[in-house]
Amino acid sequence: MSEGPAVNAAEWFAIGISFGNSNSSIAYTGPDGKAEVIANEEGDRQIPSILSYVDGEEFHGTQAKLQLIRNPRDTVAYFRDYLGKDYTSIDPTPCHQSAHPQQSDSAVAFSIHDANDEGPSSITVSEITTRHLRRLKQSASDFLGKAVNAAVITVPTNSSAAQRGALISSAKRAGIEVLQLVHEPVAELMAYDARPETVVVDKLVVVADLGGTRSDASVIASRGGMYTILATAHDYELGGANLDQIIIDHFAKEFMKKHQIDPRENERGLAKLKLEGEATKKALSLGTNATLNIESLTNGIDFSSTINRTRYELLAGKVFSQFTNLIEQAVKKAGLDVLDINEVCGLSQAVHCYTRKTHESQVILSGGSSHTPKLASRLQSIFPVTTKILAPSTFPTALNPSDLAARGAAIQASLIQEFDKEDIEQSIHPMVTVTPHLSNAIGVRLLSPSVLGESSPDFQPLIDVETALPARRVTQYRVSNTGGDVLVRVCEGVREIKTIKPIPKPKEDTNGGETDADSELESDEEEEEIRQIVWNESRPIAEIALKDVKSGSKVEVVVNINSDLGLQVTARAIGSRGGVRFAVDAPNVTSDGSI
Amino acid sequence: MATAEVIPLTLPPLPEGWNAEKDFKILGTLSNATQRNIEPVGPHFLAHARRKRHRRTFSEDERIQAQERVKKVEEEEDNEISEPEDPIMLSRDAKDWKGQDHYAVLGLSKYRYRATPEQIKRAHRKKVLRHHPDKKAASGQDDENDNFFKCIQKATEILLDPAKRRQFDSVDEAANVDPPSKKQLSKGNFYKLWNPVFESEARFSKIQFVPMLGDESSSKEEVEAFYNFWYNFDSWRSFEYQDEDVPDDNENRDQKRHIERKNANARRKKKTEDTARLRRLVDDALAVDERIKKFRKEERAGKDKRRLEKEAEAKRLAGEKEKARLEEERLKKESEETAKAEREQNKKAKEAAKNAAKKNKRVLKSSVKDVNYFSKSGEASAAQVDAVLDDVELIMNKISNEELASLATRLTGMDKDAAAIKTIYATAARKLIEEGKLREAEIKTFF
Ligand SMILES: Nc1ncnc2c1ncn2[C@@H]1O[C@H](COP(=O)(O)OP(=O)(O)O)[C@@H](O)[C@H]1O
Repeated sequence: MSEGPAVNAAEWFAIGISFGNSNSSIAYTGPDGKAEVIANEEGDRQIPSILSYVDGEEFHGTQAKLQLIRNPRDTVAYFRDYLGKDYTSIDPTPCHQSAHPQQSDSAVAFSIHDANDEGPSSITVSEITTRHLRRLKQSASDFLGKAVNAAVITVPTNSSAAQRGALISSAKRAGIEVLQLVHEPVAELMAYDARPETVVVDKLVVVADLGGTRSDASVIASRGGMYTILATAHDYELGGANLDQIIIDHFAKEFMKKHQIDPRENERGLAKLKLEGEATKKALSLGTNATLNIESLTNGIDFSSTINRTRYELLAGKVFSQFTNLIEQAVKKAGLDVLDINEVCGLSQAVHCYTRKTHESQVILSGGSSHTPKLASRLQSIFPVTTKILAPSTFPTALNPSDLAARGAAIQASLIQEFDKEDIEQSIHPMVTVTPHLSNAIGVRLLSPSVLGESSPDFQPLIDVETALPARRVTQYRVSNTGGDVLVRVCEGVREIKTIKPIPKPKEDTNGGETDADSELESDEEEEEIRQIVWNESRPIAEIALKDVKSGSKVEVVVNINSDLGLQVTARAIGSRGGVRFAVDAPNVTSDGSI
Repeated sequence: MATAEVIPLTLPPLPEGWNAEKDFKILGTLSNATQRNIEPVGPHFLAHARRKRHRRTFSEDERIQAQERVKKVEEEEDNEISEPEDPIMLSRDAKDWKGQDHYAVLGLSKYRYRATPEQIKRAHRKKVLRHHPDKKAASGQDDENDNFFKCIQKATEILLDPAKRRQFDSVDEAANVDPPSKKQLSKGNFYKLWNPVFESEARFSKIQFVPMLGDESSSKEEVEAFYNFWYNFDSWRSFEYQDEDVPDDNENRDQKRHIERKNANARRKKKTEDTARLRRLVDDALAVDERIKKFRKEERAGKDKRRLEKEAEAKRLAGEKEKARLEEERLKKESEETAKAEREQNKKAKEAAKNAAKKNKRVLKSSVKDVNYFSKSGEASAAQVDAVLDDVELIMNKISNEELASLATRLTGMDKDAAAIKTIYATAARKLIEEGKLREAEIKTFF
């Protein structure tokens, strides 16, 4: 059943929707090209993905969430991951304090009193989703003053065809044509990349989506503005709920000390603790202290207590490690090292590292739990100093991590709403998306600056590994002060992680043998081994001679790689005419070798 | 990307002798590419899609083909529980968690201490999906008190906590491999029977790289290193898991302290026993390790060989010394003989010279006698004779034997010519004077 008549392309009015297990967001890209997250009628930009029914009346979002205390069995929450899944393969844990999922045929349903004066009815998760999306669509339409009829919706990277299909049809029943489903981490990355100040550069990005009941990490290669997911890691039992539990347990113990009653044993008491505890946890992301106030927590006893951030971070240490482990696991799965998520190219002389300005690396923190300052600072210490940790507490101009997915979806919506459905289908067809990617970096040999004068030439990448083909890159290099004939050696290279054991430093005795505990601690730290990236040439491709290059001028090298791995190289001294131009055949292709 | 990236590094100079027809050389082709999915989002992708589609429409077949080539980044989720669940285990009382096999509860019996945290997480999830009490309740098969679900949660809690997992692994009997019996060993198969024992014991090592038993081709150093390691085994095994529960009320403090002490003693005792057990185990293996015998035998054989070699060497050295002694003796004798012969010859020559000189002197003396001592008339006076003979004597004594001989020869040819003889003497005298051996005044008669 579709609400509203079929529409054709010209009439799409599309928004971006992030549909999470805990919260959903809606966003719209205005005529100025800026994506904005829309607040619903209650002023919420993070709208709890919860529906509740009281006397036949439907509550949504924050209003529904409040019903978890009084009316948990007719309140449906944390249902997104059940959509399109078999009952046998769902984890009902997150729904323990709300309506429990049940089997309906092989799908999932909830038994709730959604209408007045009637017994419970079994509502499938598809129907719940439809109702939730309908409310989101209504909020967006009200805000924008125009009926929304289409959307780009974000989904986890590992959502199955069945899950996608179920979402698309649920949306359709809510009167939303899904123009495209996009992967959450990609939408989140796009939210950052769409900012006007962003320049298109090749980079490696880790997107850590730390949500309410699950967390996901992805490693994405961004090459020439195109994104390729290299690896992902998922933890379905890790999220803000684990941190809520820390707060709940802490306050429950405080309460027990005073009253010898465990408030967690009372269902309503636990629900109140969870709701208020979550608010306290959020407050600790901003302040160094937070208070919890609950009227009639259990047995009619009111409870009020304070916790400071240091205490909380101490208690949550283990959970924080689980988050960082997940992220490191994704990096490892991509066959990378945290050092690769870095904008510094290590040269073999550790003394002089230079930064490829157009190459950078980021860790994007998204999802509500990414507001937690300690998580960002932990990541800061894991990744190299030059890696940008894009989170509110570590990066001044970071976007709100809760908004990212919806923004990204809204940007994509604005890009494609002009097209008709068939056109979009064809553009996202695997024939278009499945693309050869470079299995090694391509670069040239260059002299590294060194305190000891010129050293032997080292490989330096010019096109990064995992670049989608075809690709074209233009680079300029220096010529020595004396000028003359220079060699451009184009080759493939691989990077290696070198571990350098520091040379034990002789004890300095400058302050008259007087060393305080602090400085000793520091020297201990210096003993740590240094790990760095070293590039090695792995396969020569071609050599070019440029004769009589003027001193102090620059040489420009243009490399163009075709989808079949054939490449064209042009090298010339800037300001001079001519230069050398030739082609290298694709592998396993025989031809006369001429251009 | 159209804009050029400026890299502040210098191109190397063209090597000496580099040469190519059109100033380039092709050395190879690119490595094969990986087929990956690019994410169909963003303006750059749209441009890519436009180029790639080129107003084409792709079919379902093409979709399937393209998807087959692509490198997968997501693992397939499998919810299969590979190990059958023992009904007795399913009806366990969760309160008795100390007695439960945590690996079996999670279906990881095959892996035990080898299970990775990821495996444990995955196993936990599979079990949760099947045994969640909310699911059971929904389907009406109520498990009293959610017992098995609680077992699952406890097993996961312990196995995902490194410290707790070690405590459990320390007493995980099911992971132990008993040492082989004498009867088993009697059929040979030493390595096959003992290897699993050491492999399982190795899990307790604080040191990561544990040397393994090896086989009959292992070197003496390897075998020595193996037994050395195992006799000095540094084990993290501990026995707090088997502690008696300490009452956690504040009432009975003495009772509490008593149990704590009892526990501490029990742990220490078990640890000592375990160290002894491992030592015995290594003793037993060592006792039947054929390689030890082999190395001893080789060593003994080696010793004999070395002794024989030493003796032969000594003999050879002695022989050489004797030879040298004989040679030396021979040389000495030889040189002595030549010296004697030389001496004799010298003597003879000297004698001959003496005789010649005597003869010559006689010639000289008779030469003046024959000319009557230069007397012009008749008999020479005695004084004259003495004076002439004195002068002759003087000259004879001052000249060498050779000069004497030549003087004698010259005089012999003069045949009593007094004047000539006198001249000869005068010449000889003058020569002596010139040489400063004689003063003119000493000669009385020749001038
Ligand atoms: N400011 C904050 N500080 C800490 N945690 C927060 C903050 N805001 C939201 N969260 C937590 O983020 C989680 C929800 O994240 P979200 O990305 O919306 O989840 P999901 O992806 O599951 O829908 C909740 O556990 C919530 O408590």
